[in-house]
Amino acid sequence: MDLPAFGGFGLGLRKPHYADFIDGRAAVDFVEIISENFMVDGGQPRRILREVRDHYPVAMHGVSMSIGSADGLDPEYLTRLRQLIDEIEPLFVSDHLCWTRIEGFNSHDLLPLPYTIEALDIVCANVSLAQDRLGRTMLIENPSSYIAFDEADMSEWEFLDALCQRSGCGLLVDVNNIFVSAQNHGFDALAYIDAVPGNRVRQIHLAGHTVGETMLIDTHDQPVCASVWDLYARLMPRLGAVATMIERDDDIPPLDVLLAELKVARDIAGTTTERRAA
Amino acid sequence: MSLLSLQRDMRDWLDTGSAECAVRFAYSAQPGLGIYQNNYRAQLAACLEDSFSVTLAWLGGEAFHAAIVAHVKSNPPTSWTLDLYGENFPATLRRFYPDDPEVGDLATIEWALSEAFVAPDAPPLSADLSTIDWDGAKIEFVPSLTIHPLASNAPAIWSAISAGHEPPSPALRPLSEALIVWRSEETCRFRSIASDECDAFHFLAQPGATFGGLCATLGESQVERLGQWLGQWLVDGAITGIADATQ
Repeated sequence: MDLPAFGGFGLGLRKPHYADFIDGRAAVDFVEIISENFMVDGGQPRRILREVRDHYPVAMHGVSMSIGSADGLDPEYLTRLRQLIDEIEPLFVSDHLCWTRIEGFNSHDLLPLPYTIEALDIVCANVSLAQDRLGRTMLIENPSSYIAFDEADMSEWEFLDALCQRSGCGLLVDVNNIFVSAQNHGFDALAYIDAVPGNRVRQIHLAGHTVGETMLIDTHDQPVCASVWDLYARLMPRLGAVATMIERDDDIPPLDVLLAELKVARDIAGTTTERRAA
Repeated sequence: MSLLSLQRDMRDWLDTGSAECAVRFAYSAQPGLGIYQNNYRAQLAACLEDSFSVTLAWLGGEAFHAAIVAHVKSNPPTSWTLDLYGENFPATLRRFYPDDPEVGDLATIEWALSEAFVAPDAPPLSADLSTIDWDGAKIEFVPSLTIHPLASNAPAIWSAISAGHEPPSPALRPLSEALIVWRSEETCRFRSIASDECDAFHFLAQPGATFGGLCATLGESQVERLGQWLGQWLVDGAITGIADATQ
């Protein structure tokens, strides 16, 4: 895989913390943006992003590419994304293993895929096309899901491994998503963690979730829970240098709170690095 | 079932929420279907609440959400960006409130401001005005500038609500008046204009139209007024360039 590794700890760029990142005061190694929020023609969003980029490497994380769409990718979307990539020169460009759009209908939600041979063929073709149009290797993130399809031919981790091998993409592993989906669908999160192809992982997401009536919901509005920290600690010794970040999209606390939470990640990663060295 | 068929079924479920669509999925999928349905509608509603917060404050939550339900039902989202979902909401509100034009007008103002906020950047005017040949001058307005017909005193209502003041009672105003919305640097602004200034904007927007041409069209009696408009456009930061149309 031709994607350089970057070891560090970051946060998502969210409005309450814009001033800290524009000034370069926030003690993080990189910043992640939601790509679509900045795929606009001009104005304050683009100016803020340019100023943040002056201080930090930026990872671009998308939610609307829809790499699982059976009717292919949206060329206008790819053109806009490429323009932003060319301006920002991001650390990574990522999106989700999901679909959001079909035949002109855009759900704006990360909808689940059946892990079938047919879906794998479609996703591989879409990811290869996207990488070609964007001129770079993508990272694909495992989603949280609330439906598992009976017709699946393989597990999610087998699907992702095959996708990496066939398309050459890398992985963004969302540890909270593994925990949420494992709880919702009754599979073993540890087995998933142990099966992640470590050499493909370049970025890690950590987040909180909400306990719903029937399932766990990936809400990004709470601190990372203890079980997710445990999974992170189990995963890290298997990886090389990766960019770890905490996603917080709702009930966003002061930056200091998130930096303290990020220190937990630093400590866990530091411990596992020491173990590797020993 | 092919992936395309499955995705069409999911689209139909999200769009309609009907039991007929739900039964196309396995029994084990039913709880998850409810979560996706809720996410879909909640996200679109939150988008409209955020995009039209002043209109929401004017209408009140119950009436606003009745309009949201109707809008979501007849306007499934099509763009890759959620930011565009509110584009047709002013039209929905006009259909909902045909006798209360300030409702649709308020939404029109909010949508125009949001569009101006992310419109292409334009450098401030740097020309030396004393050296310009005004007869052949082509006025280039900032790309964020848009013109909107209004039937009510919605601009005053918008300003009052945004400032946390008691809004005025709704009132009709001459249909010939309009509103211009634009962004100067990073500040989005609007201003009411009379029909003759509106006509001037439309004239100057034509390919090849010059300031001299506008002077000739208006006639000598209106030259002073034209000078006032030009001064106002410069103060507004609505002009980004003045080119020589003859070159």
